[in-house]
Amino acid sequence: MHDFRYHRPSSVDEAVKLLAGKSDARVMAGGMTLIPTLKQRLAKLTDVIDLAAIKELKGIKVEGKAVTIGAMTPHHEVASSIAVKKAIPALAALAAGIGDPHVRHRGTIGGAVANNDPTADYTAAVLALNATVKTNKRSIAADSFFKGLFETALGEGELITAVSFPVVDKAAYMKFANPASRYAIVGVFVAKSGASVRTAVTGAASCVFRCAPIETALAKSFAPEAIASVMIDGKDFNSDIHASAEYRAHLVRVMAQRAVAAAA
Amino acid sequence: MADTGIGASVRRKEDQRFITGRGHYTDDLNRPGQAYAFFVRSPHAHARIKSVNTAAAARSPGVIGVFTGQDVAADKLGSIPCGWGVTQKDGKPMNAPPHMPLAADKARYVGDQVALVVAETYNQARDAAEKVVVDYEVLPASVDLAATAKKGAPVIHDQAPNNVCFVWGLGDEAATKAAFAKAHHVAKLNLVNNRVIPNAIEPRAAIGDFDTGDDSYTLYVTSQNPHLARLVISAFVQIAPESKLRVVAPDVGGGFGSKIFIYAEECVVTWASRKVGRPVKWTAERFESFLSDAHGRDHLTHVELALDKDGKFLGLRVDTTANMGAYLSNFASAIPTYLYGTLLQGVYTTAAIYCEVTSVFTNTVPVDAVRGAGRPEATYLIERIVDVAASDMGIDRAEIRRRNFIAAIAFPYQTQVALQYDSGNYGASLEKALTMIDYAGFEKRRKEAAGRGKLRGIGLASYIEACGIAPSQVVGSLGAGVGLYEAGQVRFDATGNVTVFTGSHTHGQSHETTFAQIVSDYLGVPFEKIEVVHGDSGRIPFGMGTYGSRSLAVGGSAIVRAMDKVIAKGRRIAAHLLEASEADIEFKAGKFSVKGTDRAKTIGEIAFAAYVPHNYPLSELEPGLDETAFYDPANFTFPAGTHVCEVEIDRDTGVVAVERWVAVDDFGRIINPMVVAGQVQGGVAHGVGQALCEAAVYDKSGQLLTGSYMDYCMPRAGDLPSIEVDTTVTLCTHNPLGVKGCGETGAIAAPATLINAIVDALAPLGVKHIEMPATSQRVWQAIHSAS
Ligand SMILES: Cc1cc2nc3c(=O)[nH]c(=O)nc-3n(C[C@H](O)[C@H](O)[C@H](O)COP(=O)(O)OP(=O)(O)OC[C@H]3O[C@@H](n4cnc5c(N)ncnc54)[C@H](O)[C@@H]3O)c2cc1C
Repeated sequence: MHDFRYHRPSSVDEAVKLLAGKSDARVMAGGMTLIPTLKQRLAKLTDVIDLAAIKELKGIKVEGKAVTIGAMTPHHEVASSIAVKKAIPALAALAAGIGDPHVRHRGTIGGAVANNDPTADYTAAVLALNATVKTNKRSIAADSFFKGLFETALGEGELITAVSFPVVDKAAYMKFANPASRYAIVGVFVAKSGASVRTAVTGAASCVFRCAPIETALAKSFAPEAIASVMIDGKDFNSDIHASAEYRAHLVRVMAQRAVAAAA
Repeated sequence: MADTGIGASVRRKEDQRFITGRGHYTDDLNRPGQAYAFFVRSPHAHARIKSVNTAAAARSPGVIGVFTGQDVAADKLGSIPCGWGVTQKDGKPMNAPPHMPLAADKARYVGDQVALVVAETYNQARDAAEKVVVDYEVLPASVDLAATAKKGAPVIHDQAPNNVCFVWGLGDEAATKAAFAKAHHVAKLNLVNNRVIPNAIEPRAAIGDFDTGDDSYTLYVTSQNPHLARLVISAFVQIAPESKLRVVAPDVGGGFGSKIFIYAEECVVTWASRKVGRPVKWTAERFESFLSDAHGRDHLTHVELALDKDGKFLGLRVDTTANMGAYLSNFASAIPTYLYGTLLQGVYTTAAIYCEVTSVFTNTVPVDAVRGAGRPEATYLIERIVDVAASDMGIDRAEIRRRNFIAAIAFPYQTQVALQYDSGNYGASLEKALTMIDYAGFEKRRKEAAGRGKLRGIGLASYIEACGIAPSQVVGSLGAGVGLYEAGQVRFDATGNVTVFTGSHTHGQSHETTFAQIVSDYLGVPFEKIEVVHGDSGRIPFGMGTYGSRSLAVGGSAIVRAMDKVIAKGRRIAAHLLEASEADIEFKAGKFSVKGTDRAKTIGEIAFAAYVPHNYPLSELEPGLDETAFYDPANFTFPAGTHVCEVEIDRDTGVVAVERWVAVDDFGRIINPMVVAGQVQGGVAHGVGQALCEAAVYDKSGQLLTGSYMDYCMPRAGDLPSIEVDTTVTLCTHNPLGVKGCGETGAIAAPATLINAIVDALAPLGVKHIEMPATSQRVWQAIHSAS
């Protein structure tokens, strides 16, 4: 690891000020992605701004028909929150399936969403549940937040403060985990709210995406059989030593069917 | 005594320090004035080193020294040797190109050591390493095992035309041909034994510490065999005479074979500590473990089994291409030959066997022993082809094995491939395993699973291995460069405690406990009063270390021989003290007594008399009670057994779940059943890893694609059922303990057992074979193409 200056601000404003004008400064949430990147010398930073002491970024609120999770809330807290389990059980279950206990106690929703790893789990929940990403500057709808491989709509000096999830009628997430890393080879999140069905797929391509053929079929009939013969076009899917694009395309359908069957 | 003696599940002595974080691993040690090392490694699989410019690195903050292959050459360091010379089929010696501790002419794999930076801190060394400018002329790489010996493949070493190290044969080629000529059926199979990375939890580390006061070196190193390291670094790499080099292998966090070998890094830091006049520490980052710990297995094999109409095995023919990687690691040549070909008899009476092995170089990490070393490869191909034959001929898989087992009364049994098995009862293990898993009731379980949409399969493997390595004269005649005895020393102190010094090394095997149990049992000394010392060439007698499941069979036997000497001397002291004739003294349960009387001395009293020899026969006997023995085994030992497992496959995803695992092994006498069960369970996990998920994968240019845990898949606890362990016992006939060895058998038996179960589950779809690792993708592909 190269040397850097370490900061520990106690408010979002202070963090933003520290970031300003420094091209090689980065905020740190739990460090689960950032620290290994630094240790492997894949990044060289002048300043690391640790968000751990900012109280306003932590915690879970359930108000009306929305669950709002502070950016610095670790996965474990979401996984074990009784309020989340009641409001959107699929979200708690998703958080419980991320990585391992160490990662779940350090990794945060803000870090996960900002990082937009193509194989991450939370991104599928954000997109399928039509969540709103709240930043220090604005609110961003899920559909316009994820821009591509590790790319988001976040601008310079923009921090995620919270993610707000609307409560839906039924939802479930099914992940086919990479046996080595436990990230998603394919993860499918389905959510049904009234007549609307949203389906987000992670792991399969360079960025989380919504799957129109599945959504259309499920909107007609929210049942596993409804998508049994849906064709998933895998031509732009990832292909690597763990899974070919063809296998991923197959898994998208299987995981979607299982998610529909499990949706509660 | 029974609760801590032979046969008791005594809790491990070593756990106190390991569980409370008080172990002392190499990286925990720090020497006064210590500097830190970082190696510059080749990013190319094959490249000519045109020049290495170290000027900028040398000026980098904190840098103490920068060294290259040219410096190594200037100091006339020797090549790291391969310790086993294989004689080729045509009588010629194998092609053994040199392996210099820092590459000077060419880099031959990604990770090859090109330069060393020594600095005040680790980060400074690493910063400076980025400033070493190596001018590489990138050459085409030869990475594909199947193609590396073909015409036109890039040549890696001038000394090895066509990248061939050797072509070696074993067995009777003509008799085998004749056996096939009269066969009723010939079963055939091509298979891959996948390449694995050892992944000890503790990465390799070394501290070279040169003492200018007496021109002597100490090397602290993650080694399974400190004396062997001393011998190689001294006699071959020629850094210091053995008498000026002490090698200490303190607590070592797992080896699985990978820490047998003497690596470039430990040679170089030892040498560099003199150059810089400071102790030099190197600890591998995990990425370096992936790129530089010797890998294992990596065979391509064609196997054929000839059978008569009743399913009796008439002949076995094996043709293997074995990957050596870019250089010959210390024992690389022995693995696909003397630890492989010699095991092809398996547990069967196969009448004729012939095996040919072509060993080749590729631009990949050197390949050497990993847990099982050769024997998993042999077991895998035998147990797979037996299943294929059973399926071809419509014979039950247990039944075809029964028909071909070497009978329990046939021992000693001379195999067709050089070894002589001393004892065994293969049918007993098989039947016990089948009963435990309810083999007869399996079809019901298959049906029940089918009702749930799952494909259930059962598989078994009856393995044998040769361990307790090894009779020195036998291995010497076969090309080994060393003897393979072991040393043990048993030292009483004046107050009756015992310190045992062993040449074996424990890095997870629990020697401190099991060796103390043996000593407690033999000498009648309380378990708590016995310490076991290992791993320090400055304290222990010259020993050969731990690998090939040899520690108990060879190292334990040496300790028994040393105890025999202690008892013999004690008897003479007791005769003097008890005023009886030596012939009348008997030793039992820690007491020397005069036969038929109640006159006796405890062994503690004898030790006291030996160290405070006031009333002592000094004119005929030396004082002290401290005996050393070297034990050279008369033969290998032959653990054997049957493992059976059941799997369920998810048709939609191809995921394999291992539902049950039964292991019935014959290890001879068992010293500590808990430790043995742990070794079996760990071994099975290792073998399941190879069969289900582990694979070192290179791309065409020679970059390792599985260079971290993001892509290299290790089995986890949740991937395994609880493993049901039981034993049958036939004693080893030629060592004093009657023991055989248990550290590798799980890894030997498991791959064949699991793949046989997976193929059985898929058999209704017409699948005949699946390669390792049987990942979900591979299994799904098999299901997908079958339906
Ligand atoms: C071993 C391991 C296994 C894992 N397995 C999974 C898995 O199965 N599924 C899965 O989805 N994920 C997995 N992860 C990822 C993990 O869950 C974390 O979510 C992820 O690593 C981000 O970590 P973090 O929250 O600590 O963020 P950091 O590593 O601290 O930061 C990540 C990036 O986000 C930026 N950032 C952080 N917070 C904010 C913010 N509030 N606003 C703007 N930018 C911000 C940082 O600057 C940095 O660029 C795994 C990680 C590890 C190490």
